[in-house]
Amino acid sequence: MAAPVMDKKVAVPAAPTKLTMGKAINMGLRAAMERDPKVLVMGEDVGKMGGVYRITDGLQKDFGEHRVLDTPLSESGIVGTAVGLAVRGFRPVCEIQFEGFIFPAFDQISSQVAKLHYRTQGMLKLPLVIRVPFGGGVGAVEHHSESPEAYFAHMPGIKVVSCANPVDAYWMIQQAIDSDDPVIFFEPKRRYHEKAEIDTDATPYPLFKSRVVRPGTTATLASYGPLVKTCLDAATAAAEDGQDLEVIDLRTLSPLDLDPVFESVRRTGHLVVASEAPGEVSIASEIADRVQRECFYSLEAPVLKVTGFDTPYPPSKVEEEYLPDLDRVLDAVDRSLAW
Amino acid sequence: MSSPEQWTHPEPGGGPAATAAKPTPEQVIAGLRATNEGGAELVELLTPEGERVANPEFDKYVDDIGAEQLRGLYRDMVLVRRADREGNALQRQGQLGIWVPLLGQEAAQIGAGRALKPQDMAFPSYREHGVAWCRGIKPEQILATFRGTQHSEWDPVQHRFHPYTIVIGNQVVNAAGYAMGQRFDGKVGNEPDAEATMVFFGDGATSQGDVHEGFVWAAVYDAPVVFYCQNNQWAISEPTERQSRLPLYQRARGYGFPGIRVDGNDVLACLAVSRWALEECRTGNGPVLIEAFTYRMDAHTTSDDPTRYRLSDELEAWKLKDPIERVRVHLVRSGMAEPEFFDEVQVEADQLASELRAYCFNMPDPPAERIFSKVYAGGNPVLDQQRDEYLDYLAGFEGGAH
Repeated sequence: MAAPVMDKKVAVPAAPTKLTMGKAINMGLRAAMERDPKVLVMGEDVGKMGGVYRITDGLQKDFGEHRVLDTPLSESGIVGTAVGLAVRGFRPVCEIQFEGFIFPAFDQISSQVAKLHYRTQGMLKLPLVIRVPFGGGVGAVEHHSESPEAYFAHMPGIKVVSCANPVDAYWMIQQAIDSDDPVIFFEPKRRYHEKAEIDTDATPYPLFKSRVVRPGTTATLASYGPLVKTCLDAATAAAEDGQDLEVIDLRTLSPLDLDPVFESVRRTGHLVVASEAPGEVSIASEIADRVQRECFYSLEAPVLKVTGFDTPYPPSKVEEEYLPDLDRVLDAVDRSLAW
Repeated sequence: MSSPEQWTHPEPGGGPAATAAKPTPEQVIAGLRATNEGGAELVELLTPEGERVANPEFDKYVDDIGAEQLRGLYRDMVLVRRADREGNALQRQGQLGIWVPLLGQEAAQIGAGRALKPQDMAFPSYREHGVAWCRGIKPEQILATFRGTQHSEWDPVQHRFHPYTIVIGNQVVNAAGYAMGQRFDGKVGNEPDAEATMVFFGDGATSQGDVHEGFVWAAVYDAPVVFYCQNNQWAISEPTERQSRLPLYQRARGYGFPGIRVDGNDVLACLAVSRWALEECRTGNGPVLIEAFTYRMDAHTTSDDPTRYRLSDELEAWKLKDPIERVRVHLVRSGMAEPEFFDEVQVEADQLASELRAYCFNMPDPPAERIFSKVYAGGNPVLDQQRDEYLDYLAGFEGGAH
């Protein structure tokens, strides 16, 4: 599958030293809107307020109220009208304010967004993006810390991606907007303030591909979104003990691109999958299934999952216990190596 | 069942409220049924007896409907009814998995469908065979859905008629969004290419959150969308009284746009009111809610048994309001049609039914590849592998046949 082509150069603010992931998404949205007048941004508080996380800051001021829509408080309405707008020829980018609020829109996503292309055998395309800040670790109240990505990865007809660093955030949001398939774009909210330098002249990495972000030989860590950084930190810590961990950022959850994982596991023989979501019937369990099928004779230990527990997201004063951290990841690596 | 008179509200400032007995559910339903009767609020241009009645407000919207045009509306309704009856028969013969009959709603659909201009967009529910007819979709194209060979066969862009929507109310929000797009594209105003959207749903759908959200969105964005509710009195077995305490068209007031009730069995009135509403939208006055007050004469679908939940008296009463018969009587009495015309339409209807039947019998089943076809616009390697493996598996059978 060809990566979406970025053929037009986009104006970039002078001297982009280091940018946060939040700002990177903002710049990505801006670039997409400048390139294509059919790109709309819509959601609750995305206009004057710039979004509760300020991801859409300044866009309404520069592009106007018909390009950046402060919408009614109506998630089914946001996604449902985006369907109509997409059918009309627009490319809407919806913001769901927090992942726990996506469920009123679940009907529209599963019944319409995911199926219109299939139902009409390609006569209708749904080039819309649903941005969803997700995950915990920010000390929030209920419905503001969940990881519902498996529901959507289970849904044929939509694609699901998650960025883990500012560089990917900048490019992936633009690629998602360029995609003719509907994309759910999960943003790790607790990493919004992570910084990195972005080369806007670089050739972007393809959207629906996973990527080795730290090569290694001892064992493989696969993760996505907020836990990629946790895994990288774990690998740094393990290096002090003489372990050389390979870290893979999955980036795309549907379709899952597991070829780099297979290749890595064939070398290391050990795989630990880390995710904040409950582990049962999850992205992590899907990976475990496919890896045991593809790499059966290479595995030195079962695929281990380090995930959130199979509970509703807990009160935030115990979320540090709930969320997989560096120690839990390293513990799993040790268990795998000791098998 | 108790009469509505037995349930009375205490007068404000009158007797102590505590003395008023709480109404039983039966009393509530009886009272609500009263609010749902047609009465003076109903726009009607052609009575059930076939009399043309003057209406100073809406007559001008059907000034151009002379004898030829009225005969055309009659023909539309007869042909659509005939195709619909054929759909029922084909289901009974095992040729279709299910059929969704429109019997009784021909006027509501042809009136609205003929009010649409080519550039307008229509979003149907799943019973809109009459509207589909007006959008140039052949009855054959609808069969695929109910036979199970395709989900939606027609090209929604070419016909400007969205795929049928099965999930109740989803299409109302989608239509509001499409209409917002028409406005953003500058297609609202007095120019001849101005556009509007019309979305179709039933009385049951008005209980869905999506319909509420569609109303809110259309209102706050002045979206040029006509909400066309065919109140056919029954949502499968649930009566309109289970959806609302108010006549449905009155809900529009709460959203800040006009609501109007039309005799849904009067094709002329449905045409006039729909034209008015679409014009309101095209010129930029924002949404309109039309409640076409009609009756579903047949089952909800061929899987349904309406004798379990409604009285035959009700059916008999509505038969007297038949949408086709009143036009026929009017055409005859006013000398606008000769007997030969009715014979010709009958022959045409029989021909249509025969073609529909032949088409149905000859529809090929799709190949197994269809399962995997066009799930994604940009492909999906995981799915491609799954398809290849399954087709290889099938090819392993003797002769590779499947």
